[in-house]
Amino acid sequence: MTEGIALLTIFVFSAFTGYEVISKVSTILHTPLMSGANAIHGVILVGAVLVASQARTALELWVGLVAVFLATLNMVGGFVVTDRMLQMFRTRRKSSDA
Amino acid sequence: MPEAVTNPPVWIQLGYLVAAVCFIVALKALSSPRTARVGNLVGAAGAVLAVVLIFFVTSTDNLWAILGAIVLGALVGVLAARRVAMTAMPQMVATFNGVGGAAAALVALLEVGEALGGEALGQVAAAFTVLIGGVSFSGSALTVGKLQDWLPARPIVVPRVQWVYGAALAVSLAAAVVVAVLGSTGFAIVLAALAVVLGVLLVLPVGGADVPIVISLLNAFTGLAVAASGYLLGNTLLLVAGTLVGAAGSLLTHLMAQAMGRSVTTILFGALLGGPTTLGTTTESTRPVKSASAEDVAVLLGYARRVIVVPGYGLAVAQAQHVLRELGDVLMARGIEVSYAIHPVAGRMPGHMNVLLAEANVPYEQQVEMSQINPEFKATDVALIVGANDVVNPAARKAYGSPIAGMPILEADQARAVVFLKRSMRPGFAGIENELIYDPKTTVLFGDAKDSLSQLVAAVEKL
Repeated sequence: MTEGIALLTIFVFSAFTGYEVISKVSTILHTPLMSGANAIHGVILVGAVLVASQARTALELWVGLVAVFLATLNMVGGFVVTDRMLQMFRTRRKSSDA
Repeated sequence: MPEAVTNPPVWIQLGYLVAAVCFIVALKALSSPRTARVGNLVGAAGAVLAVVLIFFVTSTDNLWAILGAIVLGALVGVLAARRVAMTAMPQMVATFNGVGGAAAALVALLEVGEALGGEALGQVAAAFTVLIGGVSFSGSALTVGKLQDWLPARPIVVPRVQWVYGAALAVSLAAAVVVAVLGSTGFAIVLAALAVVLGVLLVLPVGGADVPIVISLLNAFTGLAVAASGYLLGNTLLLVAGTLVGAAGSLLTHLMAQAMGRSVTTILFGALLGGPTTLGTTTESTRPVKSASAEDVAVLLGYARRVIVVPGYGLAVAQAQHVLRELGDVLMARGIEVSYAIHPVAGRMPGHMNVLLAEANVPYEQQVEMSQINPEFKATDVALIVGANDVVNPAARKAYGSPIAGMPILEADQARAVVFLKRSMRPGFAGIENELIYDPKTTVLFGDAKDSLSQLVAAVEKL
């Protein structure tokens, strides 16, 4: 049970951190921030790889592989699309400096 | 689960810690324009590290199949993310979020009954992951449908909505309890199906204008589902990453709702309580409006001293942001002061319009936020509204019971003259009429935004 409590502690601390860390975000960054956070939860890929590697039946393996595919889509697509959005902001700063 | 998975070597755990710190740094950096892009890359680095590390602890069974699935997912992800038009960005984010939720639910389905050696809290986490992951999946799918116009954008209220909703919720929770107690995979599948129905019921009654907020909320949901799956698998990294996104996403949802003058509860449950989420209309009005030719509008603009442009989603749809900048340049060459008024939710998401204008190289100084530009409309000769509607609708100030009541708007109606560039008389995304269009000082130039703007550029140059 101590392990459960340790995990619960981590959960509570992470919740506070997540809340505090973005509390000063400016409106123009709402969309990229949402998209970036979206990509971060794509790390469920780690869990998907774990369960897929332990599949005992063909059905379990297929379900696991679908999870791996979807999680990768979430993670990779999420980071790439966020970068595309943020690229625009950089171009803008350059042109306004010039 | 094998020992190496539940209790990995220290160096692996330290690697997880580094990845978790990467995610925290990424979120922090993403909330400031200067560091945002680097932040995203830091987040990506953390994610890659985490995935590489996991291959050191898993068994090598099915390794090639897993790598194949990853390559396929990465390929599809990169292609989709690269190819999607800037205008369809919100749908893309919603799609990625939905598949993430589905992945979490599938992981939990496979792990039900094996949680931390059958520990009670682990089963609760499994049930929670299946439920929330499923809701996030179908809810996101529905938001994509609404944004893509596959489904009507107006709120859809099923008959006896309170009962249907209440029943679905009660049955889902009961199933979740059964899963948590019995750890049965069969019931977990039933729960997943119920969660999908629940997600649909949750998003159906949400009006088009509120969809972005719901996407953000579902994003937080997926984060929580991932966190719960981390508890289930005894994996601290998943727990930390999921919780971070869950908490940050909840706050972000609240901030977005605030920017639109809405409350999250009204958006989600307004329809249930018979509140102000009234049914909008999508029919074209037949009331007379003052329409004019491009030449007339060019005269109005060309001899103004001050012009404020209000860009909206219609501009994005027509891909007219570049021509708009040309018009701005032509006007400025005549010594006219031009600025762009950016409503916090112009486009379809907060910050969406800034991205689009940045793509067209509109200088940063000319993009003015709502609170700063609103007092300036009084001293403005022409407010040029390009493909926007709801964000300048004065009904937001008055009509209680309107879907946009209380939403902060750009006070374009204070300008001396108002010009609408519109494709048709169809109302905006919120599905309500805009009185400003019928105002005597308003002129409407009908046509595709891109065509109209090119005509205006040519006409102003001839003046």
